[in-house]
Amino acid sequence: MKKPILREVNESMGFYALLGVFGALILVALGAVYFMEHNGHHVTGMNNQIVWGMPHVFALFLIVAASGALNVASIASVFGRYQYKPLAPLSTVLAAALLLGGLMVLVLDLGRPDRLIVAMTYYNFKSIFAWNIILYNGFLAILVVYLWTQLDPTMVKYGKIAGFAAFIWRLVLTTGTGSIFGFLVARQGYDAAIMAPMFIIMSFAFGLAVFMLVMFAAYKWTNRPLGDGIVRRLKNLLGVFVGAVLYFSLVFHLTNLYATEHHGVEAFILRDGGIFTNLYWWGHFVIGGLLPLFLLYCRKTRDSRTLIGLASLLIILGGIAQLYVIIVGGQAYPLDMFPGMEVSSSFADGVVNNYSPSLAETLLGLGGFAVAMLLVTVVARALRMLPESLADDVVDPHHSKADA
Amino acid sequence: MSINNQADQSRRKFLGNSAAVVAGVTIAPGILLHTPAQARSLDQAASSKQRWGILIDTNQCDSGCDKCVTACQTENGWGKNETKSNSEQQAQWIRKVELKDPNTGHQQSLPVMCQHCENPPCVDVCPTGASMKRDDGIVLVDKHICIGCRYCMMACPYKARSFIHEELKGQATVAPRGKGTVESCTMCVQRVDAGGSPACVEACPGKNGKAMVFGDLNDANSEIAKRLKQYGGKQIRADLGLNPSVRYQGI
Amino acid sequence: MSIRRVVAGLPLIMAGLLALPLSTHAGDAPQVAKGKGDACVEPTDVIRKNHMDLLKHQRDDTLRRGIRTKKHSLNECLECHVQPDESGKVARIDSPKHFCSTCHTYAAVKLDCFECHSDLPKSMNKSAYKHKLTPDNKHHASMQSAPVSRQMLDAIANGEAK
Ligand code: HEC
Ligand code: HEC
Ligand code: HEC
Repeated sequence: MKKPILREVNESMGFYALLGVFGALILVALGAVYFMEHNGHHVTGMNNQIVWGMPHVFALFLIVAASGALNVASIASVFGRYQYKPLAPLSTVLAAALLLGGLMVLVLDLGRPDRLIVAMTYYNFKSIFAWNIILYNGFLAILVVYLWTQLDPTMVKYGKIAGFAAFIWRLVLTTGTGSIFGFLVARQGYDAAIMAPMFIIMSFAFGLAVFMLVMFAAYKWTNRPLGDGIVRRLKNLLGVFVGAVLYFSLVFHLTNLYATEHHGVEAFILRDGGIFTNLYWWGHFVIGGLLPLFLLYCRKTRDSRTLIGLASLLIILGGIAQLYVIIVGGQAYPLDMFPGMEVSSSFADGVVNNYSPSLAETLLGLGGFAVAMLLVTVVARALRMLPESLADDVVDPHHSKADA
Repeated sequence: MSINNQADQSRRKFLGNSAAVVAGVTIAPGILLHTPAQARSLDQAASSKQRWGILIDTNQCDSGCDKCVTACQTENGWGKNETKSNSEQQAQWIRKVELKDPNTGHQQSLPVMCQHCENPPCVDVCPTGASMKRDDGIVLVDKHICIGCRYCMMACPYKARSFIHEELKGQATVAPRGKGTVESCTMCVQRVDAGGSPACVEACPGKNGKAMVFGDLNDANSEIAKRLKQYGGKQIRADLGLNPSVRYQGI
Repeated sequence: MSIRRVVAGLPLIMAGLLALPLSTHAGDAPQVAKGKGDACVEPTDVIRKNHMDLLKHQRDDTLRRGIRTKKHSLNECLECHVQPDESGKVARIDSPKHFCSTCHTYAAVKLDCFECHSDLPKSMNKSAYKHKLTPDNKHHASMQSAPVSRQMLDAIANGEAK
């Protein structure tokens, strides 16, 4: 087996173009943050009923995807599939970058982002949110060590341990993220134990989708060979994950339909919720689920890189739609304080709550993506982490034999 | 602790008690009835010996009346200085909720504010510990360490909390409020600490007698405890097991 | 660049970030108007140096424990230190003439306290009293008579504290 050679990308025009584009997006996002923080959140779409909006949708997507982006590395070092090993550094760096992008969005949407230091120094250990802060920071630390074991020959012997730690840690992390909602007993749309495992499987799908796109882009733009073998394996994995997300999503709603008290919120999401119903069925189910599955498995489309890339993109869009339905839809449905009563008040009791995302919130969310991608670009330039070639015979020496 | 100090303590206790009596005399008689609170001395911390609560009799609550709301606004200075926020963004510490039973057509009206749960979900979820419960059961936001994450608002089953969406001017001295933090009914701690009762309770005219009673749930001789014992009092969303300090009759 | 260099550099970066806030140090205090009365609640050099800690302590005591002693209360600082000048005008917090702004403008210490807290002492803060007193609003009558007892309690508390 030829040892894959890891090499940094060159300072080509493309490299600077990427820096420019992502940098510009980040500047725009920071402008949006200044606008929101200077004026106060009254310039956003949020209000006292829908308190988490577009920034949280993006932030959670990025954080969830971060955990999933580590899949490739985990498969290599935890499950011993050496074919994936050359891609482990990219997978690790992408995980860290996505997490940082997501956290940035989360922090910048706080009412008092200037008090970040407070969030770091005052902990309420009963709060799942506080635990998440620790989990996120710990994850970043583990990722750095993990990357070190991948890139430094003298550290390789610790690779297995670091990989295992990262694997466990990210499962816990995604469980924690899912539990942010699972613990909200007051809200009919969230109160379900299945939330946590569903987030784990969502992380697998979203993270791998982002990874595929980044890998395609990196290899295409650096003119490095990327063999069909590894692409086929990864896209099959992606298909399985997407199918699992659909399955969990269905089970989640079906089990809810058993409980009469949840009928109202289910009817709202699945049938009467207007934008939320559309996003659920069209966005999450069709665009983010069935269509990519078709593209990934249909004989006519499954070998086209472009279409696999398109499927990944659709999975990302569908994931954002799904999170929008979970996060915003769950808040839009009125809290049921007086069961069986018709309720009205000056504070939106008994009515479906409004939210229309403002441009600034959306730009902040996109800024999170830009931060993640900028980090990956910079690290790919600074570190020798991207294999020179992922041609089939480099990745898998048995490949040629099997073909013969 | 020296003997001297102990003597000091008891002297203060004695003086404290007589001061409370003086307060009782100076306050209008009607209010004395509803302020069984005994003023603590200023340097004494709130203690778990008390648990402050409010009992609301919806049969006495008039649907056209919002005196509790306006009294809260004047006392705590909300409701007029949020000029840029839209109506869904403006804070409301207390609101009147109208109920109608679709089967019978029976209508009721009641104020809803922070229910000051014994097991408050807002406190459980708050990452920094800004959401907190005082020893005497009053649930507050320590706005000094609130980072404005709004998780407490997600967790509250009563929609009791509001977020400040803009810079404020002209706050009341007793109730500092500011952009980017979350707030809610404080059961008028500033008044309770001085031996008074919340502004809403004091302002409530009721139909034929007050619809709101304030007092110490732990004190069997308090009016609120007696009434609760005799007539019972319901919790909103009792199924959640939060054991709120605000109770309702007639719902 | 090799991964080893990055790993070696991380602690340096962290240390740099940590050192950042330490590098902005305040200079000497400028001329400050004297407060009402003869003396501050603490010796001048103590209050000058430690007022932030005292306030912070008081803030936690009051908010989290319900202790309402006056000695280190923010509102009480304002009662003594925020006064009308000769022309009868009161400096607000955005003016460097407001007591709490004098040094802070000079030392470039940004305070967020007055985003929430009134910058006027209670005795001058009219914003809470915009409405007319009517018989229905009799809670005010009670609040106005309450200070009789409050003052007594204060006296006791302060006597204890000294
Ligand atoms: C986000 C709003 C907010 C900010 C900013 C804020 N406070 Fe407060 N503060 C409050 C609230 C609310 C109370 C409780 C008032 C009460 O219960 O009487 C309070 C109470 C206090 C108290 C006890 C009451 C008194 O008058 O002594 C002190 C001291 C205090 N704050 C100091 C500060 C200082 C110093 C700062 C700036 C570093 C500050 N606060 C910033 C909201 C705020
Ligand atoms: C009883 C009135 C009174 C109260 C209450 C009071 N002060 Fe003072 N303060 C004074 C006086 C008088 C001086 C001037 C003392 C001197 O020059 O020796 C002063 C001086 C000071 C100074 C030093 C100013 C300089 O010249 O450098 C600071 C700082 C200060 N006070 C802060 C506070 C703070 C903070 C509080 C609230 C915790 C407070 N004061 C409460 C009366 C008061
Ligand atoms: C004599 C000058 C002076 C006056 C008057 C003064 N301060 Fe300060 N204050 C300072 C200095 C200097 C610092 C910064 C200390 C440091 O950085 O270690 C400071 C820091 C603070 C801090 C901590 C800020 C932070 O970010 O940690 C608070 C809170 C504070 N002051 C409150 C007040 C209040 C409230 C008043 C008005 C009652 C006041 N100060 C009046 C000099 C003053």
